[in-house]
Amino acid sequence: MRAVPGLRVDEIHVWRGERHVLRGVSFEVSPGELLHVSGANGTGKTTLLRVVAGLLRPDHGVVHWQGHAITRVRSEYHSALAYASHEPALKSDLTAFENLRFMVGLKRRVSPGELLASLNRTGVAECADLPARVLSAGQRRRVAMARVLACRASLWLLYEPYTNLDTAGSHLLSSLLDEHVSTGGLALVVAHHEVSLAGTRHFGLNA
Amino acid sequence: MTVGLWRAFCLVLHRELLLSFRRPDQLLQPLVFFLIVTTLFPLGLSVQLSLLREMAPGVLWVAALLSSLLSLDSLFKSDADDGTLEQLALSGQGLTLLIVAKTLAHWLMSGAALVLISPIVGTALAIPVNAFGIMMVSLTLGTLTLSWLGAIGAGLTVGLKRGNVLLSLIVLPLAMPLLIFGAGATDRAISGTSAEGALYLLAALCVLTCTLAPFAATAALRITLE
Repeated sequence: MRAVPGLRVDEIHVWRGERHVLRGVSFEVSPGELLHVSGANGTGKTTLLRVVAGLLRPDHGVVHWQGHAITRVRSEYHSALAYASHEPALKSDLTAFENLRFMVGLKRRVSPGELLASLNRTGVAECADLPARVLSAGQRRRVAMARVLACRASLWLLYEPYTNLDTAGSHLLSSLLDEHVSTGGLALVVAHHEVSLAGTRHFGLNA
Repeated sequence: MTVGLWRAFCLVLHRELLLSFRRPDQLLQPLVFFLIVTTLFPLGLSVQLSLLREMAPGVLWVAALLSSLLSLDSLFKSDADDGTLEQLALSGQGLTLLIVAKTLAHWLMSGAALVLISPIVGTALAIPVNAFGIMMVSLTLGTLTLSWLGAIGAGLTVGLKRGNVLLSLIVLPLAMPLLIFGAGATDRAISGTSAEGALYLLAALCVLTCTLAPFAATAALRITLE
């Protein structure tokens, strides 16, 4: 077996009850690459992302990280991964800053300055001390993006990251992705939104 | 730099306690429920002190179990709803450790608080003051065990829309030994005989659940996450 420095997804099959959702999905993502996964509703984009993250065990097939099955290197893999699902994963009673401090703090030792810098980068620095419940959907999305940024993970798994973002926010996200990928990071982005950055490959899921 | 186990444990514990203090209503509701239910009995029963004293351990323990159940439903629910649970599972830290921290925080805010107010209830139920010590120790062991049993139940039912009734149906049968030994210990303390045997059995149940339940709860949550 060839050891690939990066992510390799091998012949993934997932059944959901009677439905064969993913039928032999295979791809590779190398450092400096962004894989844009698209597909119509119900083609298993969410399922695929959950399988790649290691939240869902596939019925057949293996996800490899740096040449090892992720089930064998679970904690290393998860330390190298930043995941943003359609839920921004913010506690509404905690401030944006506290949300970041607890979630990023589990991944790496991080100083308050760094967290504020990522909030600043995603344009929500003024919301740092506001409880997440008063933030708009777009602001929540930006805080979630700040979390991904502050994790300094090498692999980003993003689900519909452009949802709720305004035009400036979309440009910002694109530039963050571009920066991440151009510095050797990997990204897997599930989005209906057009992604056309350098190093982007497209992968379509069919029903 | 990687994050050690202890640091991760403290972070989750701190987060849970902070969240509880931000929502004091959720903290107070089970306690007020406990107070009200136990004061209903002296009002509803006759004023015979001896009868009340005889029933006190059972009433106290049933009320404690039910009020603990009220707060168990929320143990993983909000984290599952807002996606935080997925983030915890993907944090690179052992999920079991994080669940231990969450459950411990839950116990501190529900069980331990209930133990602290139990002397008030004890007075209302005419439990003699010299039995308060045994009563509080038995409640401490009992509520801690119940939090662990509840963590398994909450892990199993977190994905369900109306899981709280099912949660009670899963947890209450498992809590029967607690009721028997807990009420037994309190009863013996009231009558002035040695409560050691019942306390040791409660402690054994507590150790058993503290050591095994975290793994069972983790397995339950992983199934739910899928």
